[in-house]
Amino acid sequence: MTDNVTDFQALAQLQTMQQPDGQFSAILSGSWHVCALALTPQLQGQLKQCADNALTYWDLRSVTALDSAAALIIWQAWGGQWPAKLLIKPEHRLLLQRWQAHILPSPPPKTNLWTGLGQGIADSIGNVSCHLRSLLILQGQLLLDAGYLLTHPKAIPWGEISIIIYDAGVRALGITALVGFLIGIVLSYLSALQLKMFGAEVYIINILGMSIIRELGPLLAAILVAGRSGSAMTAQIGIMRVTEELDALSAMGIAHSMRLVLPKIVALSLVMPLLNVWTNVAALLGGMVSALVTLDIGMGQFFMKLPEVVPLANVFIGLGKSAVFGLAIALLACHFGFRIKPNTESLGIETTNSVVASITAVIMIDAVFAILLMKVGVP
Amino acid sequence: MTSSPSPVLPNAVRFEQVWTRFGDKLIHQDISFCLQQGQILALVGASGCGKTTLLREIIGLQIPSQGDIFVMNKALPKQPGHLDLQTSRLSGVLFQKGALFSALSVFENIAFPLRELGITDNALIQHLVIMKLQRVGLTASDAGLMPAALSGGMVKRVALARALILEPRLLLLDEPTSGLDPIASEEFVSLLSELHGELTFSVVMVTHDLDILRDLCTEVAVLADHQLIVKAALPTVLACPHPFIGQFFHNRRAKRVFCN
Repeated sequence: MTDNVTDFQALAQLQTMQQPDGQFSAILSGSWHVCALALTPQLQGQLKQCADNALTYWDLRSVTALDSAAALIIWQAWGGQWPAKLLIKPEHRLLLQRWQAHILPSPPPKTNLWTGLGQGIADSIGNVSCHLRSLLILQGQLLLDAGYLLTHPKAIPWGEISIIIYDAGVRALGITALVGFLIGIVLSYLSALQLKMFGAEVYIINILGMSIIRELGPLLAAILVAGRSGSAMTAQIGIMRVTEELDALSAMGIAHSMRLVLPKIVALSLVMPLLNVWTNVAALLGGMVSALVTLDIGMGQFFMKLPEVVPLANVFIGLGKSAVFGLAIALLACHFGFRIKPNTESLGIETTNSVVASITAVIMIDAVFAILLMKVGVP
Repeated sequence: MTSSPSPVLPNAVRFEQVWTRFGDKLIHQDISFCLQQGQILALVGASGCGKTTLLREIIGLQIPSQGDIFVMNKALPKQPGHLDLQTSRLSGVLFQKGALFSALSVFENIAFPLRELGITDNALIQHLVIMKLQRVGLTASDAGLMPAALSGGMVKRVALARALILEPRLLLLDEPTSGLDPIASEEFVSLLSELHGELTFSVVMVTHDLDILRDLCTEVAVLADHQLIVKAALPTVLACPHPFIGQFFHNRRAKRVFCN
């Protein structure tokens, strides 16, 4: 690098010229550096062409700047040998000599497609079993922690639990209410269109009551919480790994499961049923408004009829399901959080995995509840 | 490495009456200096005095409130945003913690600036990356490692290889030896010195390491009370009567370093 600033703009140039003795020579001038090579990619081909034409006379004296990348390209064009006649500045010769002494590595062998595919399948199976194993270990540790807290109630992390209740519960009131209200309107409106055809308008209360209280309310709240708080929990634990806060906790003898996982599970298990009630109320309100507008069913009638058509068991099923959803979301969020490696890519991948796994788990748990409680709470 | 500056060489960095404020807080007050090409300048000052801010201003990450900064006689833009290709090619930066892209392997980290330039010849990239890896004291087998698997010293070396891959004419170092053990630190200093002799770039570094000041730097700039109180060769700086210099360079530890 012997250039100065004024040379920086002068791009690399290559000319061929006939010498007095009749031989052709290659004359290189300007600033030969990696930027110039990127801007004029044809240079490499021109160099190669000159070398292929068996030019033996090379004049590099007009080169104002030369860096390692350009030196390598020139050296490669020469086929790793010095030309018969070379005029060059001594500092540039040094750069070329460095490539002469350098053993160029051979490219790594390419992986066979089938071997790669087989390896991929084996990795996926290993990955799933690894997930299940670490989930099981986490649950076992949580049971031990819960047992410890029962005998040492003073160690219960009330502070953490209360913060998570506020973050995952109180701060989610707005979005759950909005989504619940809108879904209530849509459900009521679409059902009303069908019911009108049969003259069975009054059954809108049955449809809304049963579907929202038993199914939609818990599911909506759980999906929103999984997307909102589950991802935040995963990312939080992941960042704690990156900033070595997890190691700091371990060094202080504080178990991760006790201080980080248990409060999240307890808090979400408590807050989810409450959010469920809140979402139910919002969705039913939305349904009521829509029913009032489309079917002219008054709010008073709605309130009177609702307890009759929806058995109380459905409310408890909804509440119970919500608590289990909360537990599953927190457990999976923490599990994926601990899998994050200290790099940015892993943070993104595991946070996405956490949300996808939480929502899938919520729907699977809901299906299990539906099958188990098929005959409970049905009028 | 410590070749005497030639009067024909242009300035690597020039600050002209630079003022920096963060809101109401004054960071730099009327800073002006020149650094000639080929010199190694250390920025010294108490924590929080704005050394790293000064470095960030040279990189173009921070825009001064007032004044002009020239890198290789090219004025830096007054608006925040990305530097153009030519300006960014002028300088290589080694951040304090390496700032390696954690999702990319060592090889891809070093190859990143080449690929961004638009070079698509993989064989060329491979040769350049492996050569730079070897120049910073690592081997080709380290190229496949991920940054998380590297020791502190290796991270600095890989980051240095990435900073030097385009062979910039100005190298900016933020605390290059922080977090390194004395042996790694010593090795890193001699590596820098070797590379500086070979590639003849200019260096601006922020450091608290007195050994680097003594062994590597040709000039020392001391920041205190928002101002540049002195910028000169180390012996001149040591002779300066400013109270901060008394605290920084004439305490027991510093005396031990400089007397040896």
